[in-house]
Amino acid sequence: MKAESIARWLLILLLPVLLLAALLLRSQGSSQAVELRARMPEQGGWTPTDMIMSAGQPLLLRLTSDDVLHGFAIGQSDEPAVDVFPGKMTELTLLFDQPGKYTYYCTRWCGANHWRMRGTIEVLPNPDQPDPTQVDVPNEESLFMRLGVELDGHPHTDLVPEQGRPDAHRAAALGIAPPESYLVPEYYRTHSPVEVFTALRREPFSASLSDQQVWDFVAWIWQQGTSSEKLAEGQELYTRNCAACHGTSGAGDGVMAAQVAAEYANSGHQSGPTNFTNPQRSLATSPAIQQGKIIRGGMGTGMPYWGPIFTEEQIWSLVDYLWTFQFDY
Amino acid sequence: MSRLELTRIPGIKTALRSRWPQLVLRVIALAGFALAIVAGISGTPVGSRNFAIVFVWIGWWALLMLVAVPLFGRGWCSICPIPMPGEWLQQGSLLKPQGKGLGLGWRWPNKLRNIWLQNGAFVLVALFSTVILTSPLTSALVLAAFLVVAVAASLVFERRAFCRYLCPVGGFIGLYSQVAPLELRVKDSSVCAAHTEKTCYQGSAEGYGCPWQVFPPGLVKNTYCGTCMECLRTCPHDNLTINLRPFGADLEKPSGRKLDEAFKAFIMLGSAMIYSAVMLGPWGFLKNAAYNIGSLQWLVYAAAFLTFIFLALPGLFYAAVALGQALSSNNAQVVRVRQRRPFSTHRQAFIAFAYSLVPLGLAAWIAFSLSFVLANLSYLWPVISDPLGWGWDLLRTAQAPWTPYLSGVTPILQAGVLLVGLLWAARTALRTPAAPGARPVLPRQQVIQALPVILFCSAVSFGLLGLLVA
Repeated sequence: MKAESIARWLLILLLPVLLLAALLLRSQGSSQAVELRARMPEQGGWTPTDMIMSAGQPLLLRLTSDDVLHGFAIGQSDEPAVDVFPGKMTELTLLFDQPGKYTYYCTRWCGANHWRMRGTIEVLPNPDQPDPTQVDVPNEESLFMRLGVELDGHPHTDLVPEQGRPDAHRAAALGIAPPESYLVPEYYRTHSPVEVFTALRREPFSASLSDQQVWDFVAWIWQQGTSSEKLAEGQELYTRNCAACHGTSGAGDGVMAAQVAAEYANSGHQSGPTNFTNPQRSLATSPAIQQGKIIRGGMGTGMPYWGPIFTEEQIWSLVDYLWTFQFDY
Repeated sequence: MSRLELTRIPGIKTALRSRWPQLVLRVIALAGFALAIVAGISGTPVGSRNFAIVFVWIGWWALLMLVAVPLFGRGWCSICPIPMPGEWLQQGSLLKPQGKGLGLGWRWPNKLRNIWLQNGAFVLVALFSTVILTSPLTSALVLAAFLVVAVAASLVFERRAFCRYLCPVGGFIGLYSQVAPLELRVKDSSVCAAHTEKTCYQGSAEGYGCPWQVFPPGLVKNTYCGTCMECLRTCPHDNLTINLRPFGADLEKPSGRKLDEAFKAFIMLGSAMIYSAVMLGPWGFLKNAAYNIGSLQWLVYAAAFLTFIFLALPGLFYAAVALGQALSSNNAQVVRVRQRRPFSTHRQAFIAFAYSLVPLGLAAWIAFSLSFVLANLSYLWPVISDPLGWGWDLLRTAQAPWTPYLSGVTPILQAGVLLVGLLWAARTALRTPAAPGARPVLPRQQVIQALPVILFCSAVSFGLLGLLVA
């Protein structure tokens, strides 16, 4: 009977105590950090999707994925993205200096609805911090909003270059230049290439130029507004965030294109991601419209909104890069 | 055939008769089992980081198929945690018999005294295995269901009804335990004959009557002996022992061959082939069909699975056996000894020769297991430190990277195992004894009747070689 009692105690100690210890360790761990779980958007996306914290106070995040590899980054931030591995905890401490609403998002293509994987962190003013300053809402004064441009139209022109892609280098080699008013960003960003072409055609300097040479000057004007650094940044952003749908060549043939097209087939909008290599469409579109589309999204077309994710500068770099699908710089 | 009585070695008999070593191992196994259920339910849903998947389907499976079954037969059954809670309730004790336990103590129905239910249970699990093996929650629910059924069986029926007649794992462990080089047997059957109390079956103050419902003096093969060691404890004449013996000794004996066991051999061999195709093959549509449970394609997959293991494979084997019988019979005609046909019916021959598939099937499962066990064994190290995927690092191994082991030699090992399995199957077929009551067979006839069976085994082996290695 004594042996039986020992055996029963052995059982009691090894089983319930073990499980109880596990639960205690769990509750202790969770009290010190916020566990942020990532799942594919179809399975729920981020959990939790909304967090509240105070400015100036660190927030310890324990990131883990329940399915595939995800990435975590704060929108409009220079902090590098952190990979979120399946079943593995990655700790990350966030510290926001200023109050505001920040968006965190997935940086790894985890599925067709990857871009829906977003959440918000509301950072409240810290009473211990004197004179807190609200973060500027960056897109309130964006160009497309100030101009009130129509984003949901279907720009189209039949006036397109007939002898291939416009080339900025060819224009530069001619040794002449259009009036400087064309180079003001406010001008060319609010006009489509075809509008600029039409305006240039009326300028005296182009009287002896062929249509193709005038198109080359349009490319040259666009080239003057950007730089190799901006184009590199735009390309990186495009590759990471846009190419899955629009394709690396910009032809709207990315790996997710067919799925997006099927999903939004009955939405009444265009079928599939925009083809940036199509001159009829692209040359009738102004950079301001492209900026607006990127910030606001496609509204029912499957095009995500990137306003809370990219900075103003990043968006213009991206827009600049999109023109490389039409122009040779 | 020579035997070495291991219980003669000092310490071994004492260790086996004592309940403590076994109890400690059982409790550890039960703790692991409970942790697997808890981890599956409340741990990370990522299989490669969850104890329920990694420890059960990689760690335990490796231990079972690569070590326990080939070397110890039903050794795992002696410490298996699944029947423990039910058995303890039934017996009212963790150690020696003392007082009355719980339960109705019904006899298991006579019509179900076979392994057909085990065959069905295995097939049921096999059809859903792609999800069970990868989803911690599903895995945990299945393990919990095993536990519930085992407890219920212990409370309704006498002894270990779950282990003997229901456990989907126990069925194939029993089949392949015939290969193992260990056996529990009586030393001298005349001692048993003179022992009127039969405490090994009826029980005594020292222990319980055989929980596996086996009469130990009648043991001729390992299939149904759970190596629980109760008979070692209850025999007053110290007439039971654990023998070290040649591998596959049980396959040399003609007695006790049955259709349910024969079909178990087909189910296991067929499952190994299908798993190899689904999990290791290049066919995406097969994987999709196996994973999308409930879909039309899964229903087609399930129908194909069942057709293959219950009709196609046994059908082809039956044809091979019948051909062998016909050829040996015709050949006998030439040498004018037609009456020496070994089996009275093809059915008898089918059952007898099906035991050739025991070493072949075990080799197939070892080869299949090698492919994923060695590749995924390193998942154990992070899981040891963080069994639930909650971010612990108990043993500082949570960050251990995934590292496939012996990937260069795995195909060689697999090919070697399959070759050994084929040769062993051929040897078993060639030495398949005549059915009880049949007349002796001429050596030439023996070869001819086994030849189609050997060809069948060769085709299966080369098919597996292609799936696993090529």
